[in-house]
Amino acid sequence: MLRHAPRLLSRATSSAMRWRRPFSTNVPAETPVDAKFVESWRSTIPNIEPPKTPSAFMTPRPPTPSTIPSKLTINVVLPYNSIFSAKEVDMVIVPATTGQMGVLPGHVATIAELKPGVLSVHEGNDVTKYFVSGGFAFIHANSVADIIAVEAAPVDQFDQNLVQKGLAEFTQKLSSASTDVEKAEAQIGVDVHSALNAALTG
Amino acid sequence: MASNAAVPFWRAAGMTYITYSNLCANLVRNCLKEPRRTEALSREKVHFSVSKWVDGKPEKPTIRSDTPEE
Repeated sequence: MLRHAPRLLSRATSSAMRWRRPFSTNVPAETPVDAKFVESWRSTIPNIEPPKTPSAFMTPRPPTPSTIPSKLTINVVLPYNSIFSAKEVDMVIVPATTGQMGVLPGHVATIAELKPGVLSVHEGNDVTKYFVSGGFAFIHANSVADIIAVEAAPVDQFDQNLVQKGLAEFTQKLSSASTDVEKAEAQIGVDVHSALNAALTG
Repeated sequence: MASNAAVPFWRAAGMTYITYSNLCANLVRNCLKEPRRTEALSREKVHFSVSKWVDGKPEKPTIRSDTPEE
């Protein structure tokens, strides 16, 4: 249905103001400057430097290496803090909505929405587990994974009693909920607390 | 392109993704162990003042805050 959208969009934008951007898998490693635009600018306004588009300021996407790298680089960030920044690891297991997803170097580029669950980072023989409340995981073709979580903490920072109390409270709320919104909230509570419980006891 | 794809239960109930995500984060914060818990709960407090503009002039602002009024 929207196959023709790029074509219609590119027709609609004013000539040469924007360079045609193919799909992100084809983004070149260097930032191209639209030569036609620069030329037509210089011919009409010779005194002022042609403006730079935002893409000219961005560092270009690093090219996908032809051989699969041996390590995965991960960046795990929270809104207020970054847990890992360009850390090289062997594997991460990410709690995607479609299930636990293992990411190895050379993983196909993926965008996954995360559900409340355990993120485990495997480096050699060490495994560090974090409980993530939700967010997204972007895996790029060059074996860089960006995991963006709203709230995350190591699994040993959670209090088992609070989790069980919460689970009991929300299961009770779920059975006594009347409106759709209440039911949804209670269901969310049950999901989060049971995931936490499983993480702490598993 | 599935336009009638199975929607998540919270969206069917009228909740947006942001509300859902913040709710999950809140519940997770409430289950942390003590020193981390108090710092985490303070992190989600918001304090802002909103004022409507009428005829080019702001009206009296209303303050929405989680911190008790000083």
